[in-house]
Amino acid sequence: MARRKPFRWHIGVFLAPAVLVYTAIMIIPLFGTLNLSLFNLEGQNRIFVGLANFATLFGDPRWSDAFWNALGNNCWFFIIHMIVQNPIGILLAALLSSPRLRMAAFYRTAIFIPTILSFVIVGFVWKLILSPIWGIAPGMLDAVGLKFLFAPWLGKEEYALTTLALISVWQFVGIPMMLIYAALLSIPDDVIEAAEMDGLTGWAQFWKIKLPLILPSIGIISILTFVGNFNAFDLIYVAQGALAGPDFSTDILGTFLYRTFFGFQLQLGDPYMGSAIATAMFGIILVGVCIYLFGIQTRLRRYQF
Amino acid sequence: MSKTRSHAGRSIAAHAILITYTLIALFPVFVIVINSFKSRRAIFAEPLMPPMPGNWDLVGYTTVLEQGDFFQYFLNSMTVTVASLFFVLLFGAMAAFALSEYRFRGNLLMGLYLALGIMIPIRLGTVAILELMVSAGLVNTLTALILVYTAQGLPLAVFILSEFMRSVSDDLKNAGRIDGLSEYRIFFTLVLPLVRPAMATVAVFTMIPIWNDLWFPLILAPSEETKTITLGSQVFIGQFVTNWNAVLAALSLAIVPVLVLYLIFSRQLIRGITAGAVK
Repeated sequence: MARRKPFRWHIGVFLAPAVLVYTAIMIIPLFGTLNLSLFNLEGQNRIFVGLANFATLFGDPRWSDAFWNALGNNCWFFIIHMIVQNPIGILLAALLSSPRLRMAAFYRTAIFIPTILSFVIVGFVWKLILSPIWGIAPGMLDAVGLKFLFAPWLGKEEYALTTLALISVWQFVGIPMMLIYAALLSIPDDVIEAAEMDGLTGWAQFWKIKLPLILPSIGIISILTFVGNFNAFDLIYVAQGALAGPDFSTDILGTFLYRTFFGFQLQLGDPYMGSAIATAMFGIILVGVCIYLFGIQTRLRRYQF
Repeated sequence: MSKTRSHAGRSIAAHAILITYTLIALFPVFVIVINSFKSRRAIFAEPLMPPMPGNWDLVGYTTVLEQGDFFQYFLNSMTVTVASLFFVLLFGAMAAFALSEYRFRGNLLMGLYLALGIMIPIRLGTVAILELMVSAGLVNTLTALILVYTAQGLPLAVFILSEFMRSVSDDLKNAGRIDGLSEYRIFFTLVLPLVRPAMATVAVFTMIPIWNDLWFPLILAPSEETKTITLGSQVFIGQFVTNWNAVLAALSLAIVPVLVLYLIFSRQLIRGITAGAVK
């Protein structure tokens, strides 16, 4: 331990810039938004209305229909990620981490490429590929005799949201893959050797030994997916516009917030209702994170090597 | 005998799955880039053919470069990304050093406070951030974006860097203290060079979302002079939806710089992500 001084100024100097920027740009605006959701305009004046904005948001059919629609779509968006993205990511990581696999570095690099592209690129690229005008997707389905399966997926209400969720999965599968890959690499060799001594190899070894050991990482991935999905906006905005067509079938909380706050077409922007939606999103994310931290993470068994 | 055969079978299956997925990952990018060099007729007639003398046409690129000020957008993106990265790394490393090196009252609480931002997205504060930027007169400036991205990147940077700084040997720092170095010199000349690999990891993780962000440029700096390349290509492509050559060329122009950067830094990135594994 170093000598104790009465007041160590340098600690303050080291901490000050980060804390100041973080507090001023992140924490204060966050609470500012939460606060703004309790106000509304009456005539020209900003007045305190308590929870009236939330009553409107959840109770008035003009708002609540859109809100529940966005929330429902957002949940479906999240479910698709959980049942498609994360299993694929785990499968790829399990394959990549097998020893003696050749070209592992090449696969790793290539599969991660979509993740570095921006939503703008991803949205337009898939819009073009799925477009019936260009005909890449129908042409390829035709080549394998499945042309009857083709539909303008992004233009149909029934399919559009699922299609966008799968595009997002395509983009982000690299993240669970990398995190699980790192977790699998950190399993000590003696554990694996012991399993092999007991005759556990291949899939049995994966299910019985490795999977329990990487459960904490799967938990982290799930919560990252959750926060990311309930905060998503860009892909839908790029592919379907702020109106999240067709007929709001791809509307999620992020696009709903954007439309409410900035307005669209004839409707004017409304910062107060926008704040109310942001506060609702904050609440949803907070509840999700708390469920994970207190309900799931504490029950996960951790193994120390 | 049978064991080696099953082994080879498994390895073939593994390669088959990985190759399939690699194709799925790369195919869309590949299709866009090859078609951007082809004539309009060839794009529609045979979309999967590579560009060759018969169908070669650069009209898309000439349209794009005449219409949009892509060079300016690119410069804006570079400025914002590099400046934000610099502040995130500098401020993040300083705070991480304070948290990991000194014991003081409120240390744990401060760590938790800074980590809060990892879980709560900064976007939810957008309404108030915009009000703040309006009152500070920073709307439509790159400064606004730099400030926001610095705040956005700090939580993760502090979190990762303080983990790494805990592993820097105390003996080294105490030797420095005995030699009469100030705490600042110890940080800048002894500790910082030792955590360079961690800084690289943080840099990559911070850089990708900043470069690709559409939300804040759209809201805080949508003017022509401050557009970033992501927003610029979004607006540009939106205007040229029916000009397929231009759209494909614009997409390729947006893909290639990121792709090149990624291929240069991919080893660093992958080493960074898997760094936790080498503990």
